Amino acid sequence: MTALPRRPPTVSALPLTLSGVTYTARERHILGGVSLEIEAGPRTVVLGPNGAGKSVLLRICHGLITPQEGQVRWHRSATAARPVRQAMVFQRPVMLRRSAAANIRYALNLHQVPRAERHRLAEVALARTGLTEVARTPAHHLSIGEQQRLALARAWVLEPEVLFLDEPTASLDPASTRAVEDIIRAIDRSGTKIIMTSHDLAQARRIAHEVVLLHRGQVVENTSAAMFFEAPESAEARAFLAGELLW
Amino acid sequence: MHEIWAALATAARLIATLDRDLVEIVLLSLKVNFSSVALASLIGLPLGASLALFSFVGRRTAIVIVSALMGLPPVVVGLVVYLLLSRAGPFGVFGLLYSPTAMIIAQVILVTPIITALTRQTVEDLWGDYREQLRSLGAGPSRALPTLLWEGRFTLTTAVLAGLGRATAEVGAVMIVGGNIDHLTRVMTTTISLETSKGNLALALGLGIILVVMSIAVNASAFVIRDSVRESAT
Repeated sequence: MTALPRRPPTVSALPLTLSGVTYTARERHILGGVSLEIEAGPRTVVLGPNGAGKSVLLRICHGLITPQEGQVRWHRSATAARPVRQAMVFQRPVMLRRSAAANIRYALNLHQVPRAERHRLAEVALARTGLTEVARTPAHHLSIGEQQRLALARAWVLEPEVLFLDEPTASLDPASTRAVEDIIRAIDRSGTKIIMTSHDLAQARRIAHEVVLLHRGQVVENTSAAMFFEAPESAEARAFLAGELLW
Repeated sequence: MHEIWAALATAARLIATLDRDLVEIVLLSLKVNFSSVALASLIGLPLGASLALFSFVGRRTAIVIVSALMGLPPVVVGLVVYLLLSRAGPFGVFGLLYSPTAMIIAQVILVTPIITALTRQTVEDLWGDYREQLRSLGAGPSRALPTLLWEGRFTLTTAVLAGLGRATAEVGAVMIVGGNIDHLTRVMTTTISLETSKGNLALALGLGIILVVMSIAVNASAFVIRDSVRESAT
């Protein structure tokens, strides 16, 4: 596991501040006035049942979709300019029809990394996600678990300050889930802020330092993981922990 | 029935002996068809991908027009190109009428909409799947264009083959703008048409056989190449 040379420290993009973020699709309220501040540091898990609006919230934070109302601001700046150093891993890995290594080099190329560097960094990225042996395998031929690890490698190699993960283990078996969670912890240790969605309580217990509970498009609890699991404040959180909050 | 057998025998002899006229006609046909498809691909692939990726005023109208142009009647295209290239036309000074170049121009007009429309469909489907991931990595529509053309390379082969199919089968437009001049603009389809009307069935049939065989060969080799490439590097 070779560490990448870190870029010179820049002004942090965090905290990420959402104020009154509202998103409606096909006349259905997905998010209804979400206000939230996410600080640098601890791993944040956005929890909630299916349809709570977790994925939409993450996409809005990442800048993939624009809310109809409200603001997303980085580093308390007045502008909504999207910082470059952020990445996202999706529930279903999207791979280009080329080798595993070439998928990583493609991302580096988009970020103007010189050609020789791309090859070296791709090797490092594959090594630290345990994919060295499949470097030359077409990404489409990899198992879903390997593809998701490759998606993590591809995001990690960009050295993002913030990494968004949208239910990254939802389609994986237990062994692959464990491998992915190990990588997520390693990315966290390398200094990247983790913001991840999950509907899985057990996973939240393993990963979360901070929990944001989303229910019907509203933040109903935003607290430390310890507080959330030991002494939840809201009725929704208690119901969710008891497995009774279905929708 | 006897006539057909005689014609078949003559056709076989023409092919077997590599009759000089026949070879000349076949080579010119290949040159015109492949040149026009190559040019139409250079225009149609990026154009189709642009229609799929960029949003602009009139995009839907443009897509409808391109789809409609897929069914352009070749004789009408031939007529229009004829008018443009004729001495009195705007491009008359170039003296291109009745030349292979004129035939290529007409075929590019016929083939480009096919490649454009099929590319648009292919790239739009791909963009649906890749959009979020590519945007997340920092690639907007402009940067996604070459990526998606490469991602869709196997399907796009079919689009180019469809264009080649039209160019190979086409007779109306090249007849009008080429004039079917012996040793200059005579290609397989125009020769078949002419020889049939003259009652010279042997040459027509011989060319017909070659035309069909070539068409199958081109398609088959494209599929073989495509599959072997896909096999080695999906």
